Amino acid sequence: MALSSPHITAYAVEATEFPDLARRYQVNGVPKTVVNETVEIMGALPEDMYVEQAIGQFTARATP
Amino acid sequence: MASLISTADQQKLRDAFSEMTRKVHLVFFTQTIGCETCLQTRQILDELPLLSDKIAIDEVNFVLEKEKAQRYGIDRVPAIALAYDDEAGEAQDTRIRFLGAPAGYEFISLVQAVLLAGGRPSTLKSGTKERLAEVDKPVTMQVFTTPT
Repeated sequence: MALSSPHITAYAVEATEFPDLARRYQVNGVPKTVVNETVEIMGALPEDMYVEQAIGQFTARATP
Repeated sequence: MASLISTADQQKLRDAFSEMTRKVHLVFFTQTIGCETCLQTRQILDELPLLSDKIAIDEVNFVLEKEKAQRYGIDRVPAIALAYDDEAGEAQDTRIRFLGAPAGYEFISLVQAVLLAGGRPSTLKSGTKERLAEVDKPVTMQVFTTPT
C-alpha cells in the first residue's frame, strides 16, 4: 500500500521489542493494524475490507 | 559465522532476487549501546547482500545522524527503511519501515518488501490501487506482529 500511494507510510512493528508501543495501542493479539492512531484492525482481512477500513476515511471520496 | 539461512533457502532467495530490476537500499538505523536487538538485526540483514548484488545495507548511526533518522521518520532502533534507485539513479523512499529485528515470519515480510522495492509488480487488485489513489491525507499504518 505504501508503494501505491505517496501519502501512505507503512511500519511493520515487532511488538515484543517495543512494549511501550504495544501498550499504547493495546496490542493483545497480532496482527493488529493501527492507522493514524485512530483506526484499529484486528487480524488479517480480505484485501478489499482491509484497505477500505484502513484508508476509507482518508480519501477525497468518502466511503460509500 | 554460519549463515542463518539454509542452503536451499539461500538458493530460493537468490532466484527470487535475480528478477529485481532496481537496486535496493536497506537503510538500517542502529546504535551501539542500549539496543538489545541491533546486533541480531545487523546479522539478519547481512545475509541479504550475499544473495543479490542489487541489495545494499546503508547503516545509519541513530545517535550521530539524527537528521537522517528524522527524514525517514525513525524514532527508535533497530529500524529498517527501504529505498530503491530509480532510473535516474536517485534514491526513492518506499515508505516501508520495519521496527525491530526482522526475525521469524517478519523475515519473509522483509524479503517481500525488498522484492517490491526491487521492482516486482504489486499484487494488489486494480480496484484497490484505484482506491489508494484517492488517498489525499497522510496515512501512517502500523502493523504489529510477533516473531512466532
